[in-house]
Amino acid sequence: MSVPPVAGARETPVANPLFEYLLRLGDDRLVLGHRMSEWCGHGPILEEDIAMANIALDLVGQGSSLLQLAGVTEGAGRDEDALAYFRGEPEFRNAQLVELPKGDFAFTMVRQFLFDAYSVLQLDALQKSTFAPLAGLASKALKEDSYHLRHSSDWVLRLGDGTAESHARAQAALDELWRFTGELFESDAVDEAVRDNGIVVDQAAIQSRWQQVVADVTRRATLTLPPAGASASGGRRGRHTEFLGHMLAEMQIVARSHPGAKW
Amino acid sequence: MEPLPTPPIPADDPALVAAFEARIAAGESIEPKDWMPERYRRQLTRMMSQHAHSEVVGMLPEGNWITRAPSLRRKMCLIAKVQDEAGHGLYIYCGTETLGVDRHDLVQQLLDGTAKYSSIFNYPTLTWADIGCIGWLVDGAAIVNQTVLAKASYGPYARAMVRICKEENFHKRQGYEIVATLANGTPAQKAMVQDALNRWWWPSLMMFGPSDAESPNSAELLKWRVKRKTNDELRQRFVNLTVPQAQAVGLSFPDPDLRYDAASEDWKFGAIDWDEFFAVIKGNGPCNHERLAARRKAHDDGLWVREAAAAYAAKHLARTTEAA
Repeated sequence: MSVPPVAGARETPVANPLFEYLLRLGDDRLVLGHRMSEWCGHGPILEEDIAMANIALDLVGQGSSLLQLAGVTEGAGRDEDALAYFRGEPEFRNAQLVELPKGDFAFTMVRQFLFDAYSVLQLDALQKSTFAPLAGLASKALKEDSYHLRHSSDWVLRLGDGTAESHARAQAALDELWRFTGELFESDAVDEAVRDNGIVVDQAAIQSRWQQVVADVTRRATLTLPPAGASASGGRRGRHTEFLGHMLAEMQIVARSHPGAKW
Repeated sequence: MEPLPTPPIPADDPALVAAFEARIAAGESIEPKDWMPERYRRQLTRMMSQHAHSEVVGMLPEGNWITRAPSLRRKMCLIAKVQDEAGHGLYIYCGTETLGVDRHDLVQQLLDGTAKYSSIFNYPTLTWADIGCIGWLVDGAAIVNQTVLAKASYGPYARAMVRICKEENFHKRQGYEIVATLANGTPAQKAMVQDALNRWWWPSLMMFGPSDAESPNSAELLKWRVKRKTNDELRQRFVNLTVPQAQAVGLSFPDPDLRYDAASEDWKFGAIDWDEFFAVIKGNGPCNHERLAARRKAHDDGLWVREAAAAYAAKHLARTTEAA
């Protein structure tokens, strides 16, 4: 387990920025995929059970490929399972948005929409990266996430412009989730450093386009965007909400109970 | 729970019945718009809806392990498997609609507790090894059943079985792979998978239904080619296929009477505890309450979502009509 940052330190130097960057990409998708998979068998209608399982599968698959690449990049012999199952919560690098409990269907779908809108822009930039293994993964994931965005946008419209109850639930979800969106667009020394690997993602430009997409869909869904306010932050440096530890405890229990076992 | 009162079945025209039975005898496929005896329609509706319910309820015991699957590959395979089951459920519910029933009525019967589904899903999944055993034994038993149903006389059901069997074969291979990996793993893993086999073996044999002597519908179902083999024939075939697979990975069965009979080339097995089977069917299995409660909760929690989707669709239809 790596040493957590010293309290008070503004930013800890990162030994292997590319590894760190790939963890951020992989953890976002693994954790969100896991949250989505919690719906399996409990969806509001059978068609939606199929769709949500499909989205969960895509995201866990993306997370797995990205963590595998991260492990190769690290060069310490850790594969995707070692990274998924044998890291503690301070070593996870996902944004806090994706680790929040799944909530009701409105919370799940509004969160998915906010992430999908971000993910397609991010993946579009990443598929142009000159780091070929990542460009290839991004290109494949972009196709999947474009479908996810269509699906989650459709649900934001239906829920926002459906009944009074669905509108209230969607609005409450948006209000609750809003402060977790700023973290997606943070930029730090890791983002700077991976430019040397041919990974250039203009976070400010993505944020501006994301705001347009979110503003457009929420307006058509008759939802009100919350005012800009204080933003949650810390996931990219391993500072998480209280929820991630519980999720990982469940996810990792079998693997950790049998160290060294093959499955 | 009491079954729904069955409305009286109208008498069928004997000439039509004779023509229908001649088509069956000639090996023809019966299609939705063809004339069919009312009892045939009801038997198929019963079988197909029970099958669809089983797929949907079956998502629960396996879904129980998605969040704890011990590797990312296993997690993905399990999500994909549960997704396939949802797909099978949907596909077969749509198949029942070709018989003139409404899917929503069937779902309501499941939620009311008046419809049956496979008794196997009323058993709990207690360890990761249960996921292996379900794939290997439960999907394996389903394949033995469904391979025969793929030649059943009702076209839409037979075609559904062909497609579903392909996916079930994949599930069975994955399940057996889990079992084999655990059986060749650490002592703790081996103990885990042996315990799972001990718990799932007898319920798997019960999946084929009561013994032929106690299956009153069998004769008619066989005559109309709704069924092609008796419950006991299918059960024996499953045992014969499965015993060598367990032996190959060094697992044993919880049946002291299991022995190979060279004359019949069958693996003879001990007496099935039919009291347990009928207790589970009547709602007194270990998880009957939990399974139905989970389906009801998903249905109730999803009500506002379905209402929202309907309201949104209605608004947009109205707007499109106004614009036109």
